[in-house]
Amino acid sequence: MSTATPGLEVAPILEVDKISKYFGNVIALKDVSMFVRPGEVTCLLGDNGAGKSTLIKTFAGVHKPDEGAYRFEGSEVDFSSPRDALNTGIATVYQDLAMIPLMSIWRNFFLGSEPTKGWGPFRHYDTAFAKEVTRTEMGKMGIDIRDPDQPVGTLSGGERQSVAIARAVYFGAKVLILDEPTAALGVKQAGVVLKYILQAKQRGIGVIFITHNPHHAYPVGDHFVILRRGQIFGDFSKAEVPLEQLVQMMAGGADLEALSHELEQASQSGDPGAEALEQAAAQLAAEAEDAG
Amino acid sequence: MTTQTAPPAAPPPASDADERVRRQTLVSRLLTRPEFGAVVALVLVWVFFAIVAWDNNFVSMTSTAAILNAAAPLGILAIAVALLMIAGEFDLSIGSVVGAAGMAIMLAVTPVSGGGLGWPLLPGLLAALVFSLLVGWFNGLLVIRTRLPSFIITLGTLFIVRGLAVAIPRGWTNRTQLGGLQNTEGYDVIGTLFGTKFAIGGGNFDVAILWMIGLGLVATWVLLRTRAGNWIFGVGGDANAARNVGVPVNKLKIALFMTTALAAFITALIYAVQFNGADSLRGTGLEFRAIIAVVVGGTLLTGGYGSVVGAMLGAVIFAMVQQGIVITGVQGDWFQVFLGGILVLAVIFNNFIRQQATRR
Repeated sequence: MSTATPGLEVAPILEVDKISKYFGNVIALKDVSMFVRPGEVTCLLGDNGAGKSTLIKTFAGVHKPDEGAYRFEGSEVDFSSPRDALNTGIATVYQDLAMIPLMSIWRNFFLGSEPTKGWGPFRHYDTAFAKEVTRTEMGKMGIDIRDPDQPVGTLSGGERQSVAIARAVYFGAKVLILDEPTAALGVKQAGVVLKYILQAKQRGIGVIFITHNPHHAYPVGDHFVILRRGQIFGDFSKAEVPLEQLVQMMAGGADLEALSHELEQASQSGDPGAEALEQAAAQLAAEAEDAG
Repeated sequence: MTTQTAPPAAPPPASDADERVRRQTLVSRLLTRPEFGAVVALVLVWVFFAIVAWDNNFVSMTSTAAILNAAAPLGILAIAVALLMIAGEFDLSIGSVVGAAGMAIMLAVTPVSGGGLGWPLLPGLLAALVFSLLVGWFNGLLVIRTRLPSFIITLGTLFIVRGLAVAIPRGWTNRTQLGGLQNTEGYDVIGTLFGTKFAIGGGNFDVAILWMIGLGLVATWVLLRTRAGNWIFGVGGDANAARNVGVPVNKLKIALFMTTALAAFITALIYAVQFNGADSLRGTGLEFRAIIAVVVGGTLLTGGYGSVVGAMLGAVIFAMVQQGIVITGVQGDWFQVFLGGILVLAVIFNNFIRQQATRR
């Protein structure tokens, strides 16, 4: 339940201390504390409705916490807009990526922060520089882009994520918040994105990786924060917790067992989709057993 | 977007040659440019009329001059409309602004005895320019504040401005057509700048053609080689995403609405010089012709993709069809049928090309 051993580690770059957020009578977050250190990956795990989105938006400056403290590099911050957070060095890559499909990679990469050269009325977008930087920055992430002129819409989901991550890193992000970057991806593509997360970590960036898939979190995470019903269920370092236990804790073992039981019953009552359900039930049961 | 310039400083080393990159032929690279469809359409329409109207001298300097002269004012409008449409907005009010700006110029310079203000030309032009820019600013502000579709907002200003262009001159001068621009103090310079004709091989070419080409080059440079141009594409592609990365979406949109209004003012001035006066109803329907030219030129109705050069070519195609129909002696009523057909075909063709381009 404790955080990693003190003394050995660098100070957290981003930290929230007992923050709470209410929407009317709904308690979205209650006394949530978590942190990320430079060069570390903190995984934020939680099922749908656990409060992950609210927490990310608080980090990103979209929401202000109603209670508690938000610290960046040791001093308390109070962001009034996402732009504030971004200028401080907190970059959030959302699921929808903020990319324009019909625009080329290099135009997307520099949108809103275009490099210019020239003077007075002849000041113009330094396109050669933009293309070159796009190519080299993507190269640093370990991918070799085929053609910077290619529209982003022609890239695969994993590649788009990598452009978004490379862009955030290039523009000086010290903390990178990734909202479910692997959610919509196939196995192979998800692996590619995980590789970029490690790349960012190796470059000394603090990464907060939000996911509901412990199988994606475990290989890259340094510690794992589990959010359940708006509260921190636990914060575990990798050494403390094996993958199976993580899966178990995330969904709640008892819930998983109950679900597999229900599915089994449904399949026995002779529904048309019975066979598929039966398989799903078997799989769930196996997973619950593993975890338990 | 820009395939023509490879960065001179950054040729990838030969060892980095990527097996995933298919070497594209020149043709397939051309296919991915938004104005490609317009070039094809231009050639097809020209060949069609060159054959059908050969005996009527379609292929001649006279005929070419007539086409380009008709294309120029429309092209100037289409250039600005293309920028606005790439940014994802419409401006239906520009036809009315052409009429109103012309009347504003004429009201200012008409002698007091005739109900006007009796000003010299330059202050008159300035007043008309300020009026036009105010209409554009108002359009942009309303679109941003209300978050309503610009189609509806500018449809409203279309009628408001046209109404003003009729009502105010009639109230002041009791007329809706005002002439005598040439007699105004300070006309010489303006007349030369906007009304000169060049005789080349039997054709009389308007100086307005040069204005169109010049403005088109400037707009192309802005679109492809400046920050504002990048923002225009970004805002049209996804305004929210653009806002999230710090693009000043609202300012940009207001500036673009003011740009279309500015183009309407220039067009009004060219017409005023050509016709030696103004008419309250001048420019009626011009907003739709400009949109047709832009769409035929390869710009997406939904924004985020398009070309200024294409919009100019679209204007030339438009004028070519008009001239072709007139010259072949087909009854003029068929013009609209032909035009509508070309519009639909061009959109289908462009859509197909764009799908090919993004699939590669």
